[in-house]
Amino acid sequence: MVPFLACIVLFLFGLYAVLLKRNIIKIIIGFSIMEYAVNLFFAFAGFKREALAPIITDVGMVRNFVDPLPQALVLTSIVIALATTALMLALAMRIYEKYKTFDIAEIRRLKG
Amino acid sequence: MRGMSLIVQTVARLVAGMLFLFGCYIVLHGHLTPGGGFAGGVLIAAAYILVSLAFGSVENVEQHRYTFSSVFESMGGLGFVLLGLMGYVAGLDFLNNLWADYGTPLRLVSGGIIPLANVAISMKVGAGLFGIFLALGASRFVMKD
Amino acid sequence: MLESSFVPLLVAIPLLGAFVIPLLSKLWEGFADLVGNLVSVFLLGLAVYGLVHLSTGATGIVYKMGGWLPPIGITLVYDSLTALVVLITNLVVFPALLFSTRYLDQYTGRWKYYTLFMLLLAGLNGVAISGDLFNMFVFIEISAVASYALVAFGTRAEELEAGFKYMVMGEVGGLAILLSVALLYAKTSTLNLADMSQSLAAGGHTTFFWFALGTILVGFAIKMAMVPFHSWLPDAYLSAPAPVTAVLAGVFSKVVGVYAMSRVVFNLFGLSRTTAPAFFDMLVAFGLVSIVAGGLLAINQRNYKRLLAYSSVSQMGYILVGFGIGNYWGVVGALFLVVAHAATKGLLFLSARSIERSTGTRDIDSIGGLEKSMPVTAWSYILGSMSLAGIPPFAGFFAKLLIVLGAVASRMYWLAILAALFSTVTLGYLMKVIGKVFVGRKSTEPTPAQESPPMILLALVILVVVVVLFGIGFQPVLDWVVQPAAEALFGGLAYARLVFGG
Repeated sequence: MVPFLACIVLFLFGLYAVLLKRNIIKIIIGFSIMEYAVNLFFAFAGFKREALAPIITDVGMVRNFVDPLPQALVLTSIVIALATTALMLALAMRIYEKYKTFDIAEIRRLKG
Repeated sequence: MRGMSLIVQTVARLVAGMLFLFGCYIVLHGHLTPGGGFAGGVLIAAAYILVSLAFGSVENVEQHRYTFSSVFESMGGLGFVLLGLMGYVAGLDFLNNLWADYGTPLRLVSGGIIPLANVAISMKVGAGLFGIFLALGASRFVMKD
Repeated sequence: MLESSFVPLLVAIPLLGAFVIPLLSKLWEGFADLVGNLVSVFLLGLAVYGLVHLSTGATGIVYKMGGWLPPIGITLVYDSLTALVVLITNLVVFPALLFSTRYLDQYTGRWKYYTLFMLLLAGLNGVAISGDLFNMFVFIEISAVASYALVAFGTRAEELEAGFKYMVMGEVGGLAILLSVALLYAKTSTLNLADMSQSLAAGGHTTFFWFALGTILVGFAIKMAMVPFHSWLPDAYLSAPAPVTAVLAGVFSKVVGVYAMSRVVFNLFGLSRTTAPAFFDMLVAFGLVSIVAGGLLAINQRNYKRLLAYSSVSQMGYILVGFGIGNYWGVVGALFLVVAHAATKGLLFLSARSIERSTGTRDIDSIGGLEKSMPVTAWSYILGSMSLAGIPPFAGFFAKLLIVLGAVASRMYWLAILAALFSTVTLGYLMKVIGKVFVGRKSTEPTPAQESPPMILLALVILVVVVVLFGIGFQPVLDWVVQPAAEALFGGLAYARLVFGG
């Protein structure tokens, strides 16, 4: 139970950075923290005591594996996180070119 | 982008080829050992990124590399979708593992379409990551439109 | 098996398009237009085929990817609700892509636009057909990432800012959905919606149950711009290229927000008005807040596109209220409004762009008398407004009538009165635009403007025909599309029986 709650606390730290930081780069770091928190959660969800990594190296092996599915899910969510982080950084670069700042308080040409 | 110092260039010259080969190994053994298309693709991209960073490049070379990575990325994606559609050609489901071969441990030619899918994914991921690197870090040409 | 094998094509064909376009457009720029439009025509055909296939009596198609059986492999489910969502998606995307052929004349990088659009389309279709929660998340993210990039496609300062704002909000929503998927996986050890619904039904309504539901609903609420989370919507809708706005407002919020939410609430968590009245009251409350806030924000807008954007917030509120009423006619009304609003909002945003293209302004006070100079655009805007405001015999009228009927049937008379009252607010702000922009004013000269090129008008006319047909032919639409979809939702855990074939 404790590791799961720790993941949620980590998630909230990331959310704090996203919602309250003014620097775009720090917001992006906040997203990374949230993604790691969820990935960690998946890894904990698949954990089994005294189990092996889910790799078959021999045909007649005893199969006491940890749940391999969360690892596949984490891999997928890492790929998505990679795509979103790259897109966010690209947007941040273009925004810096236009506004010459990373401070979201100064990036306010849109009303509302 | 400017190149880096002689030390970096020397090390890069030694390491880049090995990195590339190791990536290929991870891709081709993806159905037998940990790794697979994604991890191997990242390693292959790392080899290209290392060379680009160490030796530097001029703008038109980067433009050329960007086109090259874009073509390879599309071909990888196309390959994967076509592999999926091959299930129809064989009269089975989408993404069916055509030869009903679920892999033999320690046997390279086994596992049906899984090794082929790994190769397609590695092309997609490797070229895609290299493209992201060029777009974000290496060049100003992407910015011009 | 062969007649059901069209299901994965709904995702595979747009993906194929997305990868073919960059290759072919190296040879000739025009291939991007050609391939994009061919894909959308083909998908529209598949959507219609799917609807016809289901109307022959089957309750749904369960497609097993790669031949693996349900709880282990990835399943695709094509039931009546999916058929509805896939139909409206492709019905709006097809004219939007026709519109794009001329719209893109002002931009470079035509192939990038079409590639992103194909990814968006693949994601939207994928959300609708996926029968497993993690795949649903992946497809939501595919469509969302493509839409972030499309919003910022113009790369002017405002567009980048709106894109970043939208992306920050959207990603918080996406991560909330992912967190909930992780929670549910840790609890039930499965990802298949059907399997998970049975496991959750056995577990009862614990604190964990409500926490997971709340987390995933926050994610969907952000994606559909419910009122506390609506701040990204007007900026994103204004900054995106017009066909993308039409798809975002018409389809994206419906598929990723409403469809995914209703699927999760009714079929995964198995809730209904009788088992969880407090939850459904809360949906009604949030819906009402959206209706009121969206309507009031729209009244004072002088920018006709921003007005339409706020009107979207308000209409999403109606949909939510329809689901919240929770009886049969409320849900049927909500689903009918999903269908009607998708086509109507698509039409309105496209014709708004057609006006902006000719006059170069978005301010309703500086243009007037366009009815003379741009008759087709003007009439498509006017017909769209009438449908949105709920004037009979258009589709919007029947949808709101059904929602009001649902409220009366549940003895929520105050809700019926409020819904009807705010429908007149909608009428008010839409009439303001029509009166100022299209009907000639005596005091000023009509704004000189040229009618848009034929391709754009063709797109508008297609959507007008769709909107009018949904209105005049509301009985067949109700019988063949909306009511089976509502029954699929009310089936609740019957979804699980469909998947496991028992």
